[in-house]
Amino acid sequence: MILRKDLRLELRTLETIPAMVLFSLTTFVIFHFGLNRATIDGQLAAGVLTATLLFAAILGINRLFVAERDQGGFDAFLLAPVDRTAMLFAKAAALFTFLVVLELISVPAFGLLLLGTSLGGPLPGLILVLLLANLGLAVIGTLVSAIAVQTRARDLIGPIIGLPLLIPALIATARAIGPILAPGSSGSPPGKWLAILALYDVVFALLAYAVFDFLLED
Amino acid sequence: MRVEERLVTEPPAGDRPAIELRDLARHFGERTALEGVTISVPEGATLAVLGRNGAGKSTLLRILATLLRPHSGQARLFGEELPRNGYAVRGRLGLLAHEPLLYRELSGRENLTYHARLHRVAPERIEQVLQAVAMERRAEDPVRLLSRGMVQRIAVCRAILHDPALLLLDEPRANLDPAASELVEPLIGRGAGRTRVLTSHDPQAALAEADLVLALKDGRPAFVGAPEELSENQLKDLYA
Repeated sequence: MILRKDLRLELRTLETIPAMVLFSLTTFVIFHFGLNRATIDGQLAAGVLTATLLFAAILGINRLFVAERDQGGFDAFLLAPVDRTAMLFAKAAALFTFLVVLELISVPAFGLLLLGTSLGGPLPGLILVLLLANLGLAVIGTLVSAIAVQTRARDLIGPIIGLPLLIPALIATARAIGPILAPGSSGSPPGKWLAILALYDVVFALLAYAVFDFLLED
Repeated sequence: MRVEERLVTEPPAGDRPAIELRDLARHFGERTALEGVTISVPEGATLAVLGRNGAGKSTLLRILATLLRPHSGQARLFGEELPRNGYAVRGRLGLLAHEPLLYRELSGRENLTYHARLHRVAPERIEQVLQAVAMERRAEDPVRLLSRGMVQRIAVCRAILHDPALLLLDEPRANLDPAASELVEPLIGRGAGRTRVLTSHDPQAALAEADLVLALKDGRPAFVGAPEELSENQLKDLYA
């Protein structure tokens, strides 16, 4: 029910996803001209794609709990006899959905604007890596956003806490995507980096589950 | 005998206490928001909390709503100790605060549906409360498009949707015209049969509804007792 409410609010306001999409498209254009190369591939392409998606995700993370704080959603939720981790799962699912929508638009745009090779071959592998990366971003993002929203400087605190925590995910994602986007690639991501990404997701999901209750406490 | 002690040793007649506070204190940094609050409120009674702005009224309501932890002292609701057993009493509390606790982009009905699901309340109850406050015709409008009085009426619906045994009312009639006040009276008034904690900027109106009075001055109890025991001078002094 919280997820449904969050998605409905986003559909009504269109405050988060359009900003994330616009940011990523603008960044691809900047890279296109900044690198002064018609196309990129391999590890460079993976780095550009991953860093862009990560920074776009930060925009979503910063806004994840804004309605709860500004419109009393936290208090209303805390007054209800429900498990508080329900909010963690719902908010993580909402952020995961936002990221998927972002990637549905920005990854093809990345292919058009920057990528030297066709996206067709690498696509299944890319989807697998991005889904695992989204899971990590959603869990860490929810945790960080719940901390940041309690502070006055929430727009600064989110990236300051979130980015260092997301560095391992960024590295694993970029290293898993790099070989997929290399010319002549088989399209399958390296198992080692996929495993690291999955492990990262599991560890932080457990950590978030353990501490989220306390974050909502006064 | 101190006024706080008097009410603990001689609680007003009634059933078991719905609220028991003993030497309750809460600070915000260096500032003392509440200190030495001791009172016992029987089930079904109305406690009026009086005091100037910043006296600690809203802090007390937030502690009772399980949204704030007391820093010392004891707080029990229906025999359950707060904040440890807050989960056990949350479903029995209704809070009507300064903020309506409604999402502005959702309609009144969507907001109430969300709260009904949180509290596991049947959807039919939504129609019932909307009709009670004469808001069924504007129930589909986003809350941001409603007047303040209409928002307050939807907020009343939200607060009593799950039929709480204890209502915490912070300026409940703020923004309501006389006709709207009459509409919400059966839901949040004395006749609803709930235990109520009421704050108001209009002390005479609050006293008229109260069985007990807790007057706060700078977070400390200045008077605890029956409304008829509160003298004009004490009341003047409280708001001086």
